[in-house]
Amino acid sequence: MAEEKKYKKPLPRIDEENKPFWEACARHELYLQKCRSCGKTFYYARGFCPEDLSPDLDWVKCSGKGTVYTFTVTRQNQSAGFRDNLPYVMAYVELEEGVRMLTNIVGCKPEEVKIGMPVEVTFEDATPEISIPLFQPATK
Amino acid sequence: MSIQGKAAIAGVYEHPLRWAPHKTQYQIMAESGRGALEDAGLTLKDVDGLFTSGVSGMGIVSLAEHLNLNPSYLDSNSIGGSSFVSHTGHAAAAIAAGYCNVALILYGSKWSSDRFAIGTGGAGGGDPSEQFENCYGPTTVGDYALTAQRHMHEFGTTSEQLAEIAVVTRRHASLNPLAKFRDPITVQDVLTSRLVSSPLHLLDCCMISDGGGAIVVTSAERARDLRKKPVHILSAAESCYHTSAGMRDLTDAAAKQSGPTALARAGVAHKDIDMAMIYDSFTITVLVTLESLGFCKKGEGGSFIQNGRIGLGGELPINTDGGGLSSNHPGMRGIFLVIEATKQLRGECGERQVKDCQLAFCHGTGGTLGLRHSGASLVLGI
Ligand SMILES: [Zn+2]
Repeated sequence: MAEEKKYKKPLPRIDEENKPFWEACARHELYLQKCRSCGKTFYYARGFCPEDLSPDLDWVKCSGKGTVYTFTVTRQNQSAGFRDNLPYVMAYVELEEGVRMLTNIVGCKPEEVKIGMPVEVTFEDATPEISIPLFQPATK
Repeated sequence: MSIQGKAAIAGVYEHPLRWAPHKTQYQIMAESGRGALEDAGLTLKDVDGLFTSGVSGMGIVSLAEHLNLNPSYLDSNSIGGSSFVSHTGHAAAAIAAGYCNVALILYGSKWSSDRFAIGTGGAGGGDPSEQFENCYGPTTVGDYALTAQRHMHEFGTTSEQLAEIAVVTRRHASLNPLAKFRDPITVQDVLTSRLVSSPLHLLDCCMISDGGGAIVVTSAERARDLRKKPVHILSAAESCYHTSAGMRDLTDAAAKQSGPTALARAGVAHKDIDMAMIYDSFTITVLVTLESLGFCKKGEGGSFIQNGRIGLGGELPINTDGGGLSSNHPGMRGIFLVIEATKQLRGECGERQVKDCQLAFCHGTGGTLGLRHSGASLVLGI
């Protein structure tokens, strides 16, 4: 309960399409979807393939590894949860599976973040039900 | 059906205020509408097409009510700051189709006096993609910064080059009596202003002001007999870019799709354009838009904007009013792109007039380059 109170950033709204993604995150696992019909791997989670609208999708577990595609060190954000955590690093990470996802880079100083830097997924438990996938410098 | 040559801008008005706590948003729209109709030599009773954005879901109906209008064509297409560029194209199409005769495009905003933190407030929407974004603290500045950082990495674009855009724009503002910031700045001033979201400094960002404006569009035939020289709407095109299911190239903008389409529809080439109004939410927006539109090759925007090319007297003067960086930016700036281009084509810009201005290009960007945005392009000619 105390932890729930402490977390002030916006939480994702779980819906019918994205529920399996966030359930996996709660288990500290990162999953992508792959279309059985056309083979497309995509992010973010949907109830259909954004190539051919096929509903026939597989959930594929990611390696959790990737590289920083781009980033910004945000020094000003007045909104709750962020204004007390400045500066923070927002980034697109390109996963080994080929897709780019928006995230935060944690576990290092903002000035240490570079494009191309190898990173790996880590999870922040926002509530008992919701964990947010973040990335930190790769350990190996 | 082509709109080319069928519709013209007959009147424009830019609200002079940048700070209007004593007025309402709808009042700013009405005052702007009055100015544009007067400019055209038309009256409110002539208006049968109404266009707006930045109002509530059904706000355009309330706007019609507030003005006591019963238009036969309504369009509140809301695609961000580019909306009013889009409206101008839509109005031309509606007029070409015979759906209305006199279209009034209105905008009013009090985002400055209402203290709306559009640039550095948090995001909190309910759209599907936002459930994978809002938890990471995206801000408008930060979203554009993601593009800037990647552009620098891939092409060697520098902060000095981005700063040059702010410097040139400020010089233009110094020639515009209505502009909010008119004191000259240097590249060093931009680089030493504080970082808001790296690599973007405070002076890489547009301001937040109050303000508004209006545009009157009518048939080319009717425009011929009105008060001002008609400015012909030669073509329009739209587009949107987004996260592309995880495959987006962040250094491209929607302008890449709508720009060449608009030029082709107008039957003109880049070299024919005498001046351009390029949405300048941030310096990086201008650089990436010029590349995406094809005024220079991808990756070469940094050198393209240097040596006076985009300044008055240069090969492609842009944002001659001082842009969102220095003149005004009440949350959405599209309407001012069309207003300034119209004034340039009519030769009404005084000290900041582009010589022999016959063909102008407008491009509005709405939303953010780093997440998703719309693009609306327009070719105007005299
Ligand atoms: Zn598919």
